[in-house]
Amino acid sequence: MIEIKDLHKSYKMGSNSLHVLKGINFTAEAGELVAIMGSSGSGKSTLLNILGILDGADSGEYTLDGVPIEDLTETKAAQYRNKFLGFVFQSFNLINYKSALENVALPLYYQKVGRKERQEKALNYLDKVGLKEWASHLPSELSGGQKQRVAIARAMAAEPKVLLADEPTGALDSTTSYEVMALIQKINDEGNTILVVTHEEDIAHMCKRIVHLKDGVIVEDKKVKQVRAEQYV
Amino acid sequence: MWLFDKDLWSEIFHTLGKNAFRTFLTMLGVIFAMIILVLLLGSANGMSNGFDKVFAGTASNSLFVWGQSTSEPYKGFERGRRIRYKIEDAEILKRQIPEIEVLAPRIELGSHRDIVTVYRKGQTSGSAVYGDFPEIDNITKKSLVEGRFLNNNDIEHSKKVCVIGEETYKLLFEKGEDAIGEEIRINGVFFAVVGIYKPNNNINIDGENAVFIPFTTFQKAFNSGDRMGWMAIAVEPDTKVAIVERDIKKILKNKYDIHPDDERAIGSFDMSEIFNNISAFTNVLKGFSFFVGIFTLLAGVIAISNILLITVKERTKEIGVRRALGATPIIVKRQIVVEAIVLTAFAGLIGFALSVGILSILDSLWGSGEDFPFVDPMISIPQFGISFLLMVGLSVLIGLLPANKAVKVKPIEALREE
Repeated sequence: MIEIKDLHKSYKMGSNSLHVLKGINFTAEAGELVAIMGSSGSGKSTLLNILGILDGADSGEYTLDGVPIEDLTETKAAQYRNKFLGFVFQSFNLINYKSALENVALPLYYQKVGRKERQEKALNYLDKVGLKEWASHLPSELSGGQKQRVAIARAMAAEPKVLLADEPTGALDSTTSYEVMALIQKINDEGNTILVVTHEEDIAHMCKRIVHLKDGVIVEDKKVKQVRAEQYV
Repeated sequence: MWLFDKDLWSEIFHTLGKNAFRTFLTMLGVIFAMIILVLLLGSANGMSNGFDKVFAGTASNSLFVWGQSTSEPYKGFERGRRIRYKIEDAEILKRQIPEIEVLAPRIELGSHRDIVTVYRKGQTSGSAVYGDFPEIDNITKKSLVEGRFLNNNDIEHSKKVCVIGEETYKLLFEKGEDAIGEEIRINGVFFAVVGIYKPNNNINIDGENAVFIPFTTFQKAFNSGDRMGWMAIAVEPDTKVAIVERDIKKILKNKYDIHPDDERAIGSFDMSEIFNNISAFTNVLKGFSFFVGIFTLLAGVIAISNILLITVKERTKEIGVRRALGATPIIVKRQIVVEAIVLTAFAGLIGFALSVGILSILDSLWGSGEDFPFVDPMISIPQFGISFLLMVGLSVLIGLLPANKAVKVKPIEALREE
C-alpha cells in the first residue's frame, strides 16, 4: 500500500541546513496498523507530512497504492489527499462553525458528492463512531473524545486508502485515549490501513507494528502483539 | 454550477457574519464611495438637465445676423457705412444656401435695441417693437400666457395685431385686466393685442418688454419699405452653423460691396457655440464625477481586500485543514473572491439605495430648476450599470490578493501544532 525508498528531507534554517530524514525505507501493506514512534525531532512528523502529501521529499521514491507521488501540482496533491488519505490530528482541527455532520461531510464536498448523498454518508459515519445523536452539534458543544471521534469519522468519510493519525490521543486523557484507540482498532479490523504517529508506549502497543525513528533513520521496526483497547474502556 | 452551490453561500455568509460589526465597518467604505459616486453623477445629470431646460425652446443649431457699419473702405465706399439689408436678401440666402431650414426676417422700430414709447389709455411703456414672421417662433419659442402668437393670416392681410411681453402688459394694463382684443398705440398706429408671452427661464433674446407685430403690417404702418434689420436662421441639424454663417456673410458682403476682410460690417451670433460650450462643460463635469467616484470606490474596495487579508490570516488553520481534506487551490481562491464580491456588491447596493433616496430629496427640494439649473438629478441605468460592473470587476481583482495569500498557506504550516 505504502512504499518508501531512500527518502531524504532537509529544511533550510537560515544558512544551515537541517537534515531531518536521512534515507527512510519503509513499506506498509494493506490492512496494517503501524505506530510510528520517536522523540521530538526524530523526524516522525516530517515523515507523516510527506506520507500525507502535505510536504514533498528532497529525494527518494514514494508510491501510494501503486501511484508514484512526485512532482505534484497543488491541485493534484489536493485531489490525491482527498482520494487516498484521511487525516486525524492531535488538536482535532474541526471547523468550529460547522456542525459535526457538516465537518464529516466536508471531504465529500470536495469530492463533489451531491448534497443529499453527502449528508447520508456523513451521518452513516457519525453513527459508526457512535455520535449520530450529536450530528447537529457544533464542535464547541462536544468533549475532546467526541471531537476526535468526529475527526475520525471525517477522515473515514472519503473512504481513503490510508488513515494518517498524528498524535490522535495527544490532547486526550487516558480513558478517552483508549476509547479513540478502540475506534481506530475497529476501523483497522475492517481492513483499513492506518498509520499512527505517537510517542506514548501504551498507544503504540495497541498497534500491530511499531516503527522507531531516531535522528532521521528507522532504528527499529518490529511486529508486536496488539493490545486491545476495549479492555481499558 | 458552483455559483448556486448552497454550501458555498452558507459558508460565505457564515464567515462574513462571524464578525458582523467588522464586516459592516468594512462595507462602510464602499457604501460611502457609492453614495459619493451616485450623488456626484446625479448632480451632474441634474445640472445637465437644468441647462437643457434653460435652452428648451431655443433652436440650438441657429444663428442671428444683423447689419453694422463697415470698417474698411471698399469699391469707392468710405468706411463707416451702415449696412441695411433688404427683404429680398432672405429669399436670396434661402435659395443659395440649402442648409438653411428656417429664415425669419425681422425689422425693428428705431435702430438696434432701441425702445419706443407705447401708449394705452394714458399709460406708457418703453418697449422694443419688432416686425416679425411667425417662423421666428421655431427659433426662439415664446411661451404664451394668453392668446396666440402671430400667424400667416396676420402676415397675409397685414393685420394690425400684436403680441406683447408680460412686462409690457404690466406697464400698460391694470392687474388682472383682460388685454386680448384691447388696442395699444405705437407711433400713432393702433394694434389689437392677440397674445401675451411670459419669460420662461430660458434664453431670452428679445427681452420681456417687447411688442411683436406682423412684418407686413410693420412695413405699411411705419413705412419701412423693403428694409430688413435682422435675420434669425435655423440650419439643418447635422450642418455646422459656422459654415452656414461663413456662406451667408460671403453672399451678403458680395451684395453690399463690403471688403472681404471686413469683420465688423456684418454682426452675427452663433447659438450653437453656447450650446456646445455648455454641453462640453456638463460632459467634463460628468466625467470628473465618474473619475472621482470610481477612485473613491477603488479605495473602498481596497479596504475590503484588506479586511479579507486579515480574515485569511485568522483562518490560516481552517484553510490548512480544508486543504488537507482535499480543497484544491481554486476552491479556496473562489471562496475568498466570492466573499469580496458579495461584500462589495451588497455594500454597493446599500450605498446606491441610500444615494437614490438622497437624490430624491434634493430633487423635491431644488429639482424644479427655477433658481438655478438643476432638474431631475438622477443617474441613468447605463451609468449605474457601468459603475456597478466596474465595482464588481475591481472587487474580483482585489479579492484575488487575499485569495492568493490563502493559497500560499502551506497545509503543514497551517496545521503545525503550537
